[in-house]
Amino acid sequence: MSGRFFGRRLPRNEDASLLTGAAQFIDDIDLPGLLHVAFVRSDYAHARLNNVDLSRARRRPGVVAAYAAADLGDYWQHGPLLVGPPPIDGLIFHERTQVPLVRDKVLYAGEPIALVVADSRYLAEDALMDIAIELDPLPAVVDLEAALRGEPAIVHEDLGSNLAAHCVQTKGDYGAACESADLVIRRRFDYDRGAAAAIENRGVVASWDARARKMMIWDTTQAPIPVRNGLARWLGLAEREVDVVAPFIGGAFGPKIMMFYPEEVLIPWISMQLGRPVKWIEDRSENFYATTQERAQIHEAEMALATDGRILGIRDEFLHDTGAYDPYGLTIPINSQCTLLGCYDVPNYHSEFRVVFTNRPIVTPVRGAGRQHGVFVMERLLDIAAGELGIDRVEIRRLNYLGPDDFPHHHGLVYQDFSSLTYDSGNYEPALDRAVELIGYREFEGDERPPPRQSGRRVGVGVVSYVEGTGIGPYEGARVSVEPSGKVHVATGVGTQGQGHYTSLAQIVADQVGVDVADISVVTGDTREFNWGTGTFASRGAVVAGNACHAAAELVRAKILRLASELLEAPEEHLLLGGSEVRVDGDPERRITLADLAVASNPLRGAVAPGTEPGLEATAYFGPSRGTTASGVHAMRVEVDPETFDVDIVDYVVVHDCGRVINPMILDGQIQGGVAQGIGNAFYEHLVVDDNGQLLNASFMDYLLPTATDVPRVRIDHIETPATDTPLGVKGAGEAGCIPTAAAFAQAVEDALGIDGLEIREIPLSPNRLFELVRDARGGES
Amino acid sequence: MKPAPFRYHAPETLEEALDILAEDPWEAKILAGGQSLIPAMNFRLAQPTILVDLNRLAELAYVEATDDGGLRIGAMTRQAVVERDALVAERAPLLRETMPHIAHPQIRNRGTFGGSIAHADPAGELPTVALVLDATLCARSRDGGERTIAVGDFFFGLLTTALEPGEVLTEVILPAPTPRTGWAFDEMARRHGDYALVGVAAAVTLAGDGRCTDARIGLLSVGEGPVLAEAAAGALIGEELSEALVIEAAELAAEADIDPPADLHASAEFRRHLVRVLVRRVVHRAGDRALAGASG
Amino acid sequence: MDVRLRVNGCEVTGVVEPRLLLSDFIRVDLRLTGTHVGCEHGVCGACTVLVDGAPVRSCLMFAVQADGLDISTVEALAPAGTEELHPLQVAFRETHALQCGFCTPGFLMTLLPFVERNAQPSEDDIRAALSGNLCRCTGYQHIVDAVALAARRMHADDGESEG
Repeated sequence: MSGRFFGRRLPRNEDASLLTGAAQFIDDIDLPGLLHVAFVRSDYAHARLNNVDLSRARRRPGVVAAYAAADLGDYWQHGPLLVGPPPIDGLIFHERTQVPLVRDKVLYAGEPIALVVADSRYLAEDALMDIAIELDPLPAVVDLEAALRGEPAIVHEDLGSNLAAHCVQTKGDYGAACESADLVIRRRFDYDRGAAAAIENRGVVASWDARARKMMIWDTTQAPIPVRNGLARWLGLAEREVDVVAPFIGGAFGPKIMMFYPEEVLIPWISMQLGRPVKWIEDRSENFYATTQERAQIHEAEMALATDGRILGIRDEFLHDTGAYDPYGLTIPINSQCTLLGCYDVPNYHSEFRVVFTNRPIVTPVRGAGRQHGVFVMERLLDIAAGELGIDRVEIRRLNYLGPDDFPHHHGLVYQDFSSLTYDSGNYEPALDRAVELIGYREFEGDERPPPRQSGRRVGVGVVSYVEGTGIGPYEGARVSVEPSGKVHVATGVGTQGQGHYTSLAQIVADQVGVDVADISVVTGDTREFNWGTGTFASRGAVVAGNACHAAAELVRAKILRLASELLEAPEEHLLLGGSEVRVDGDPERRITLADLAVASNPLRGAVAPGTEPGLEATAYFGPSRGTTASGVHAMRVEVDPETFDVDIVDYVVVHDCGRVINPMILDGQIQGGVAQGIGNAFYEHLVVDDNGQLLNASFMDYLLPTATDVPRVRIDHIETPATDTPLGVKGAGEAGCIPTAAAFAQAVEDALGIDGLEIREIPLSPNRLFELVRDARGGES
Repeated sequence: MKPAPFRYHAPETLEEALDILAEDPWEAKILAGGQSLIPAMNFRLAQPTILVDLNRLAELAYVEATDDGGLRIGAMTRQAVVERDALVAERAPLLRETMPHIAHPQIRNRGTFGGSIAHADPAGELPTVALVLDATLCARSRDGGERTIAVGDFFFGLLTTALEPGEVLTEVILPAPTPRTGWAFDEMARRHGDYALVGVAAAVTLAGDGRCTDARIGLLSVGEGPVLAEAAAGALIGEELSEALVIEAAELAAEADIDPPADLHASAEFRRHLVRVLVRRVVHRAGDRALAGASG
Repeated sequence: MDVRLRVNGCEVTGVVEPRLLLSDFIRVDLRLTGTHVGCEHGVCGACTVLVDGAPVRSCLMFAVQADGLDISTVEALAPAGTEELHPLQVAFRETHALQCGFCTPGFLMTLLPFVERNAQPSEDDIRAALSGNLCRCTGYQHIVDAVALAARRMHADDGESEG
């Protein structure tokens, strides 16, 4: 599939408004009589709540109202389980979902206890100081292994343990594979928490119009339609009485798909209570507690191999930290479990995980959504195996790759979308060869390494591969209409947070309806425009919404040609559609503009023929039966200062295969941004808590996002292996950049340091941590 | 993250500022560049009730040459001005070399030279550089008048200085560079512009025969304030700067001169290790520059 | 307290509480919402505006401190009353230097004096100039490219610097 616009490096339609400051973000919404909310959040991670006294706060001038759980009455409910447990035999899953305000027991530091509504945010924050809260602190559950032993406390006491879920998936017979193996490697791998840290924090603005019976909500959500549906039910309103708009969103990276955040539930309710518009904007300090996070897992993994380096089987047992609640079900650990297999032919696999409740903020997907962990474990095991068997790191990967004829490849495991894990298509070796060439891997083969750019530093290289399940269902829809101006309007239900949907979706539609991309307006994330959909997550926007737009555009194209055929009195097969008009081939005088066709399609007199519809408009849906698997190879060159353990990434190569590419410029941007996030995850970003569950670095001063001087130039090359099950052949790309980065980083740094016994089996790293690992590898000497 | 309320004064002259401060010396807090104070206020970690804003005091913003070859820098001079000032580059090359390490351009456009020194953050670059350059600090108050404080007597501990309540740091005097002195600064920060895990500033003076006649080595982020590594410097003075001697001095700096704290980004052990590495590198570079006869 | 200042070339006055952050004054009182707030502790750079021509974080100044000063925000970057964009904005668009666009106004205001001053900045210089602004979407690479492109175009008529 390619056309005039599809596949082109076009600048984005949305940029002008963003560049001039005109684009409206959540905090830019201002309404007459707007009130502002601030929350009191628990200082303790685990504590019994005995009393909340709001009386002084309510008396403060400028304060309009204050609420605690007791004030909510029946409105106080647990949130819904968003993703139920997948159909896996023997699966245990305990549902415990979040609440709007703490009623009895605080389960994580930062959990909201009460709130103040005031004339300004300044006044609301002043009034927080007036609220008296009586808490009895309890020991905090922080350590995953201790938590499973019930120590030092139980998060959800009614459960009697901290086990949230237990899941086993297998293929083949790992035990037998292990017995026949020449080498079995067993290692522990640790992955710790980070934050999504979008530069825009979350926010909700709600305005209830009692006379019109209309609740208008602006929300920084990746999923406005499900938010509308859920809140209508929660508020006791009809769906048509509630509209949710996701305005321009300043980055999301996963946590803005979570619903229903306490603030999301409370702000509309307060607006109904007070009959005034209400705004809450999360500040950065709150974001470190109030927005969901990801990543803590501990793996104990085994790889069984033959002497020649072939993988005979893998056994992996891991713990996954879900935080205080588990509203997002098992999406993340299932992703870890399924993505671990990567590009490789693994005949025998035993994977078992336990999900653990802790007194930490809620865990839901963050860009990568558990896939990083699987890739890290697999790639590190391969590195260790290569070392033990004396095989080259690249060759051991090549040896175990699925071949180009092995697709579709059925793994027989249940994936996050509940379908059977199947790779639709792939071609891994050309990507590996290309990455190896681009990064100059061969320069590292001899005894002499390439010289560092700065003397005294050590040079290393890392090469890893990965797959990413993308583009899962259930469905998205789109409506395409030609307006009387001849311009085209596209509405879809997904939200957008910088992925360029205003342009990429327009490129898909433009080729079908014959107009320029600049003449297509796209609306996403507004329930007033489109009523059905799920949201932007799991690298699915371009795939699922893209194919829906394509389907709707095809229908509109058919309507255009049918009407034009009638008006131009020429058979459809003689018509050419393009340049916002239809012409008769070979007869330049006979032509009609799309604008005229749009007017003609909606006549004021006469009759619309039976069996036809007025207008040049169509709505279509796309629901893939399963996702499509993207893949790639990342390679990086690092220079490490062996004394300070400062690491400089001097070259980074991505060879990526996400099928057909809609807009290569946007795709490159997605990958570069993903790599930057992956680098943050590998070396800079770490949410550190103490034994009491207190976050020690809740600021951008201490939670380190990589800056322009930390992120290298990324060189990108593409391989195109089209998706086989979708008309457009596109695969998702939103998360790919960050998935294998940590594995590549660990390999490259280890390679650079070249110290016997040094194995990097944890993420995130830091100079301090590298110093300790090196010291330990050298038997205590640094 | 909105600051708590406060009373605000924006005096136009130093005299006026001193009068306001004298009214309520214990409560009034001085607002200079605000690049450390305002974040703390936004988090409500600091809630001063009275702010005296010195930003209108043009009289405190200057860089001037002294007759003896040194410099006077007004306390309210923006860091960006110091960074670009030709006199600073000529007469205090160590300071010039250090400036780009301080946070980011936007912060230096607002942050002041004196504010950073008076804030006395142990991770701040300027207090340590002031120590190494043997600065003299001038302070004024309404009731105490004007006085000068040797930098060695200025820093008292965590965010604490010799300044009395109601007293304003007005000027920093840097002595003329001694001939055959070499300077160097280096720090290990997680990201460009971050507070350093460890930083080292050094000035080394060599006699004609190559012997070290004076050495001042300042460390940051290893104590409650800026630290002068006296044992390390002592080991250098009177000797020739051999490789082994520099390593010995670095060892003394790491083991004898400091009692470093541990935090999120670096353990005490790693800090000692970094001091060992950076003192060696910085003294080397300073020594090389001194040998080259250049003063920078 | 009364304040009187110039914002984007226009005289404005306001009555503010001393604690009102300049960022809030610009966004709420003046309704210039192109200046964004990302951290309110001076790290992310999204709120960067020009104060007397120099980039400053508006979350680390009080509105009262801007009395008598000259402020420029992203709204003043493109020529007024036209559909045109400033060359720096054009370069951002052409090189895809923005994704969600939330941090973008802060980058633009940080970079404006930089591209005006530097005809041929090196990649290292550009990265150092950007290092006080956080972007979570782009990985910075296209921003670096945009700055190089804008500098080249803006100084195309400088004579010597062309080579």
